[in-house]
Amino acid sequence: MSPAEEQAVKTSARNGWLLSAPALIMLALAAAGPLLIVVYYSFLTANDTGGVIREFSLEGWKGVFLTYDIFEERYALADAHLTIFWRSVWLSLATTALTFAIGFPTAWFIATRPATQRAMWLFLITIPFWTNLLIRTFAINEVIRNEGILNTMLLWLGVIDAPLQIVYTETAVLIGMTYVYLPLMVLPLYATIERFDMRLLEASYDLYASRWHTLRRVILPIVKPGIIAGSILVFVPSLGAYVTPRILGGGKKMMLGNFIELQFLQGKNWPLGAALSVLLLIIVMAALLVYVRVANRDRGAGHG
Amino acid sequence: MAERGFEISRLPGFATIAIAAFVILYLPIVTLVIFSFNDSNSVAVWGGFSLHWYADAWANDDVKAATMRSLIIGVSAAVLSTTLATLAALGTTRRKAFKGQTFIYVMINQPLMVPEIVTAVALLIFFGIIKVATGYQGLGYLIAAHTAFCIPFAYLPIRARLESMDLSLETAAADLYASPWATFRRVTLPLLAPGIMAGAMLAFVISLDDVVITEFVKSGGQDTLPTYMLGQLRRAFTPEVNAISTMLLGVTVVMLTAFFLLTRKKD
Repeated sequence: MSPAEEQAVKTSARNGWLLSAPALIMLALAAAGPLLIVVYYSFLTANDTGGVIREFSLEGWKGVFLTYDIFEERYALADAHLTIFWRSVWLSLATTALTFAIGFPTAWFIATRPATQRAMWLFLITIPFWTNLLIRTFAINEVIRNEGILNTMLLWLGVIDAPLQIVYTETAVLIGMTYVYLPLMVLPLYATIERFDMRLLEASYDLYASRWHTLRRVILPIVKPGIIAGSILVFVPSLGAYVTPRILGGGKKMMLGNFIELQFLQGKNWPLGAALSVLLLIIVMAALLVYVRVANRDRGAGHG
Repeated sequence: MAERGFEISRLPGFATIAIAAFVILYLPIVTLVIFSFNDSNSVAVWGGFSLHWYADAWANDDVKAATMRSLIIGVSAAVLSTTLATLAALGTTRRKAFKGQTFIYVMINQPLMVPEIVTAVALLIFFGIIKVATGYQGLGYLIAAHTAFCIPFAYLPIRARLESMDLSLETAAADLYASPWATFRRVTLPLLAPGIMAGAMLAFVISLDDVVITEFVKSGGQDTLPTYMLGQLRRAFTPEVNAISTMLLGVTVVMLTAFFLLTRKKD
């Protein structure tokens, strides 16, 4: 490389940084940077009236799993916290599984439509995707609440005598999250199925594979990157969900997001809230790292 | 494939599930829209067509103020984030890969990866400190927060547009002795305009819809439409909320349609 070329590359890189700088500064100030303060706050002492006292303390982190019994004067496992963790994890996993069970056939259906119709079906998935999460949660709430459409219909048909209590249960949160996150599963699945070579099915059937075998041995392994992408896209927001469990779970069936809010806006234990936030962030980052590694490995193995 | 009607890509039950999925996706939304025109007080029993929930919403000063606030924040965040995203897209495309480019990508996409509730908590603490230190309580915090999380949404369509753009026109302009600035203003920017518009629309929709971060960052009396609606839900549920939802839904659909028209590939 001649000195002039080298200089040009340097200038180009410098311009790249300069042009990106305003966006990076904005993000550092109002998105990424403040995350560090959360880590700092998780190691401070709680102030009973809200906020923190600037003294180092591990109470916030201890409070994540333990609770101090003032009568026995010892720490015990915080059952209430564990219940919330467990609920967040299993509801997020169940949401991922359910959205996959519904989303895979849906994505397959869209991808196998004639090319002219595909854009229309895809647009139909995209509208709910961009529609306000709050509005969609309201909408599903109106269907499943006690005086809602579902119960009114079932009562009218005589199937039930009293309204089914769905809202304010874990089932309601599961139904709600599946409803609001379904498009997040369908879109990446569609993207991989669309590239799927349908001639492979022909080959599979020619070799006397059953439909079930073809699905399990041919289709699923090839669309695996889409399955992983969709699962991450659903699992991550589910784990940090706040709006849906708040509306459909009421105050009782709290998830991690609501529990964190409680520490800041009502519970007045900021260090505990900060520790819970950092923990949530770590779990999400771990999930993303797994995704990146699996995606890279698959690419390396030539599945593309 | 001697079997008649054997469709190679058909999998049993898949079409049924897919159609059911579309019905399930739309039924609640359509119901919500229909019941926003319901004359009766109930959100489940139809009592005739009426616009009175819209009239109620319109007459409600809190709703009006929240609408104004949503619009101010949405437009400011859209304009600011799109400007920053355009610069960043110009900085990160169409040049030799440089050191730190991955870092820039990660930073720009960071709001998509971090759970909203964590960012909300972080901003509550950080802006809280600034509020105490400066005494400023205005909408600036909300605009800054919205601008930041809108950046990745504005960035993606602009970058996509830049990457698909033909370099030869700019080369031609340079060959004809146009200055770099003139080339940018007269050639690059007009070509990039649909991507910028698309990015701005996505940013506006994303800002308009935000609940969690706004709920944590807002000072007293700074409700936007979504946080107002969330607050209403704590009290009795009225079809007024349906009316507001329907209006927000309308804005989203219009914006999205425009977005698709702008980003459609001409082929």
